[in-house]
Amino acid sequence: MMQAPDIGGMILHHTADAREIAFEWPWGGEAVIPLPQWEPIQVGGLAIDLSPTKHVIFMLVAATLVLATMVATGRALERQRARGGAPKGLPSMIEAMVLYIRNEVAIANIGRHRGAQFAPYILTLFWFILYCNLLGLVPWGATATGNLMVTGALALTALATIEISGMVALGPMGYLKTIVFTPPGTTGIAAVILTAIMIPIEIIGKLVKPFALMLRLFANMTAGHFVILSLLGIIFLFGNVAVIKYLVLGGSIFFVLFMMALELFIALLQAYIFALLTSVFIGMMQHEH
Amino acid sequence: MFMLQEAAADAAKTALNTNALLGAGIGMGLAIIGAGLGIGRIGGQAVEAMARQPEASGDIRGAMILTAALIEGVTLACLVFALLFKVL
Repeated sequence: MMQAPDIGGMILHHTADAREIAFEWPWGGEAVIPLPQWEPIQVGGLAIDLSPTKHVIFMLVAATLVLATMVATGRALERQRARGGAPKGLPSMIEAMVLYIRNEVAIANIGRHRGAQFAPYILTLFWFILYCNLLGLVPWGATATGNLMVTGALALTALATIEISGMVALGPMGYLKTIVFTPPGTTGIAAVILTAIMIPIEIIGKLVKPFALMLRLFANMTAGHFVILSLLGIIFLFGNVAVIKYLVLGGSIFFVLFMMALELFIALLQAYIFALLTSVFIGMMQHEH
Repeated sequence: MFMLQEAAADAAKTALNTNALLGAGIGMGLAIIGAGLGIGRIGGQAVEAMARQPEASGDIRGAMILTAALIEGVTLACLVFALLFKVL
């Protein structure tokens, strides 16, 4: 009696972080690149482990690819413009996306002047998250944004940008007014009680918005990979059944192809949504009251 | 006697695990129903608004995508917590 295949373990092995990068060959066997493991650094009471893991390496690859894309696109566009005539080809598509994020997302939500100042940050968010998401879809790739800590760090930068830009734009008193404010239309003792109740609610609200950003990106990326890997795992569950296994093979591969196409769309959409929501939150702090 | 106690403790643990899985499953189903209803309504009303006023199509499309992503975020947060039920 053959042992039941460990689908859960396989799914976790492919989506979780690891201390080595493994390239499994289709004919069995694998090539493994072990990653160095450094001593944790003691900072106060915490032991911070800075050794690179698989997701760290893939984040570095994504960052390098973004840099290479932007530098190459800039140079190609300069050459095309120097020759005169409209830009065309791949650089023109990248330029169209960059201009769309800059104008319709950053400037439209934050305002003319400040929008142009925040556009580099919003663009970095968009392109980095997009490349991280797409790297998970190529063979032997891993989704760095499928790691709660990676999206948590991105959300932390968003939180810092939103709050610090709010403090700079509104001044300390204006910033405090976003936490301690009297709901309009109430007077007297009701106003005092309501204001006191709103303080923890507002503070929690400020923390929940980046938290939701983190969860949204992580869950979207991981859920897609879970579905794909589960569908592939079903093939192995039916590995012994006589004729049905070929039906299951065909059906499963068809659905996996459809899910991967959907994943491409979701990768683009989630990068766009993260950038859009961050710029909406920054814009809300700029124009408070 | 000792083995009976162990067996009872084991049964209690698996019962707890089964109940946790049941709770996670029902929670996920309810969350998906909520998301389906919400995003379905957004889609329907957005398409209706675009039919009434085709010039505003661009704005309506942007607002639709933004709101759908926010609702999806809540649903996926619930899914992550359901995953936590299974692991814990």
